[in-house]
Amino acid sequence: MNYNWNWKIFFEVSADGRHTWLTTLFIGLGWTLLTALCAGVIAFLLGSILGVMRTTPNKWAVRFGNAYVEFFRNIPLLVQLFLWFFVLPELLPKGIGNSIKQMTPPWASFVPAVLGLGLFTAARVSEQVRAGIQALSRGQGQAGTALGLTLPQRYRYVLLPMAYRIIMPPLTSETMNLIKNTSVALTIGLVELTAAARSMQEFTFQVFEAFTAATVIYVVVNLIVVNLMRWLEKSIAVPGFIGPAAVGGGAH
Amino acid sequence: MGAFDFGVIERSLGYLFREGMTFTLTLTGLAAVGGIIFGTLLAMMRLSSHKWLSLPATGYVNLMRSIPLLLVIFWFYFLVPYIGAWILGSPRPIQVGAFASSLITFTMFEAAYYSEIMRAGIQSVSRGQVWAGYALGLDYWQTMAKVVLPQAFRNMIPILLTQTIILFQDTSLVYVLSITDFLGAASKIAQRDGRLVEMYLFAALVYFLVSFALSLLVKRLQAKIAIIR
Repeated sequence: MNYNWNWKIFFEVSADGRHTWLTTLFIGLGWTLLTALCAGVIAFLLGSILGVMRTTPNKWAVRFGNAYVEFFRNIPLLVQLFLWFFVLPELLPKGIGNSIKQMTPPWASFVPAVLGLGLFTAARVSEQVRAGIQALSRGQGQAGTALGLTLPQRYRYVLLPMAYRIIMPPLTSETMNLIKNTSVALTIGLVELTAAARSMQEFTFQVFEAFTAATVIYVVVNLIVVNLMRWLEKSIAVPGFIGPAAVGGGAH
Repeated sequence: MGAFDFGVIERSLGYLFREGMTFTLTLTGLAAVGGIIFGTLLAMMRLSSHKWLSLPATGYVNLMRSIPLLLVIFWFYFLVPYIGAWILGSPRPIQVGAFASSLITFTMFEAAYYSEIMRAGIQSVSRGQVWAGYALGLDYWQTMAKVVLPQAFRNMIPILLTQTIILFQDTSLVYVLSITDFLGAASKIAQRDGRLVEMYLFAALVYFLVSFALSLLVKRLQAKIAIIR
């Protein structure tokens, strides 16, 4: 086979004429992480609100939450990003639509990507939050009522603190899914890590070096995130209750 | 706001479904079957007591699960011609069609996810049944084929189907290779006629209806299986 390996390619100047290809890949990683972080904040806040709504006694809140989840779960992420990027500016009043379209390059893709990924991931987070709250024994909520707490207080002081601790493992995998899903934003022009590797491949024809580098970076990011989340899980664990602290026994 | 022309959808229905949706559904179906078969083998390897079987399987599954599907699509798009050349002993990368390339990609990628489901399924069958199989004089393959796997499949059918719905949605990502799947067809019409809004809204609606209907079916099936057990 006649593939010419050239690992030195990473230190050659990239298509933008200023950075090396290695730097280009890391700039891509920066966009990946920034997009994931911003979308993650939206997903966590909105997902928590929706998840709570779906466990309240209010029928309409439950229905709204369920409808939201079905809507965002049954349309492919790629199509959702297209809706945010291509369709939304056309449906808004002309002035607003045009100002969205005229945003300078990275932001014109970044903002729809963050919105799309955030709302998409919120549906998944809300499933976890709901499951976490429902996994608690009914007695916890009832004890809160018996203590004279209002409904919001019950969620704030009794249910949510335990529910978040229960759902740390699935939230960890959602975080990793979110980081991987940012790659879909390359279809609307965001030059994140996968797109950076792709452009390196297109300009240099060093296909396998470019994709190997991107793969290694994703794997390393994954390992870091898993360990960070594991550390967080341990440090917020309630002694004697579920979680790693309880397993070892004698941690306290 | 009055400038939309939803007639474009009606005019291109034939192309959208005959070309696009057929590609999407064929790819989904074949990749699901291939992925489940390969995934089951991976799960059996992972559960093996031989390190030289379980380690490569674990490594493969973890690697596939830690990189984005889009990167995997690009990997295989360029890798498959070289692997083909290597197998056939050809000095030059061979030509691989768009369909074959994406079928291989999705089979290999989804196998990692199916294998996690099948691993849980195999582990849901009690150890005593395996021992009973061995006590009856069955060998490993017979025990697996006649005792463990049928039950593992049945327990996992709802989750396998849910994963297949996700696969159906994921196939839209072949868009990046300019393949005419359902979304690719919609986007080609959209760009030819300058009707992005109409076509993408319609694509979203179709994907939603198919996925939603399938997920309702899965829910019903789940209830049915839960009663029988």
